[in-house]
Amino acid sequence: MRARLTPAVSEIPGVLKRHWRLVLYPVGMIPAVWLVWQGQHGALGADPVNVFERSLGLWAFRFLLVCLALAPLRRFTGLNLLRYRRLTGLLAFFYASLHLLAYVGLDHGFDWSVLWVDMTHRYFIILGMSALVLLIPLALTSNALSMRLLKRRWKFLHRLIYPAAILAGIHFFLSFKTLNSVSAPYLAALALILLSRFLPRSRTGNGV
Amino acid sequence: ATLQTHPGPYSGNLTPTPHEDVTHYNNFYEFGMGKADPATQSQTFHPLPWTLEITGLVRKPVRLDVEQLLRSPAIEERIYRMRCVEAWSMVIPWDGIPLATLLKDADPDPHATHVAFESIVRPAEMPGQTEALSGIQWPYVEGLRLDEAMNPLTLLALGIYGETLPNQNGAPLRLVVPWKYGFKGIKSIQRIRLLDHEPPTTWNRLAPDEYGFYANVNPQVDHPRWSQATERVIGARSLFGATRQPTLMFNGYGEQVADLYRGMDLRKNF
Repeated sequence: MRARLTPAVSEIPGVLKRHWRLVLYPVGMIPAVWLVWQGQHGALGADPVNVFERSLGLWAFRFLLVCLALAPLRRFTGLNLLRYRRLTGLLAFFYASLHLLAYVGLDHGFDWSVLWVDMTHRYFIILGMSALVLLIPLALTSNALSMRLLKRRWKFLHRLIYPAAILAGIHFFLSFKTLNSVSAPYLAALALILLSRFLPRSRTGNGV
Repeated sequence: ATLQTHPGPYSGNLTPTPHEDVTHYNNFYEFGMGKADPATQSQTFHPLPWTLEITGLVRKPVRLDVEQLLRSPAIEERIYRMRCVEAWSMVIPWDGIPLATLLKDADPDPHATHVAFESIVRPAEMPGQTEALSGIQWPYVEGLRLDEAMNPLTLLALGIYGETLPNQNGAPLRLVVPWKYGFKGIKSIQRIRLLDHEPPTTWNRLAPDEYGFYANVNPQVDHPRWSQATERVIGARSLFGATRQPTLMFNGYGEQVADLYRGMDLRKNF
């Protein structure tokens, strides 16, 4: 026998159904929590700060690549996962911010004399920072209100993800001494995604 | 195997980095690019038997049986700072023989000015040597000026912590030049040649703007991608307990080596 629910309570499943995707945000943060836990338990090896910092950067780059891949995915396979662009884009921004914080705070202990030289003289750092700066307006306008207010300019603004990804890709490439089997697949994926924009559209598909 | 060793000079008052970190955090690209790769991917490498050649501009070319060398009473312990060009550092208790002792046996020709070192090529046992993407030409090569090679600090290491070198640390023998960045410490050396000119070196060939021939530890000359003023100290086991310390000029060995570079512009000769 089931008790009759009041209207207010019966609303909850509907709300959950519409917004269940919000649980993916905490799910996406699991790698960060896991890295902190490992770091605190000696599981990040002999140079935990470096591994932590690099891992956060790699996760940022991974989410950025997934975010960028969703449009070509729909175009070439018909699988429409575009609704996950906000999720993956925001996670990329979140990890890039943590990556910066780890570099500034954990690695350099907020030593601004060193950081200032890094940020003004080292193209490796400047490229990474620029990528993150380009993502800031995207993160800030990644809501329905901004989309409504900005109208067509919103789409134009969010194309900034392409230069951001290129800068992040070069920064990622430079974070290794040489090209190698770890970095190459990510760089190849980025190149493929970017180039796919220039491929001719199929007659049946409708372009993004 | 355990080595017969005795305390040597220059060890100072240093606390060695834990054995686990010294043997599991390595740059040895012959066995892979990751810091943990050398420990896991070097287990099929056979460091013995091994012959070390000292040739080139010498009056008495030498072929040394390394198994014999491992029993030499001349092996001594040297606890040295190790500063990697990637801005991290360790303290390692090496066991070895001063390079000068071996070079003197070969009797360098008066025209010799430089020493070239060459590592081994064994793609079947060294998976990193089949990694085509890196652009590294094998063998790994390094070099020193003859006076640097003859400096009493320069060591041909045969062991760490009183034991023969683990494969991942450069078995059966490697160079240790404690006032230079770690990449000068070429591992698994097969050939040493005395020359009358500066030899090419692996990292300088790959990125001449980032890695100079001298590669002296110098907190005032930054790497293009990061500052060399400070270094992460290896050995902290927790993320928030890790420390940074100031990097010392010539890695703290200025008293022994500063004279070698008197009058040189160390910004140019980095």
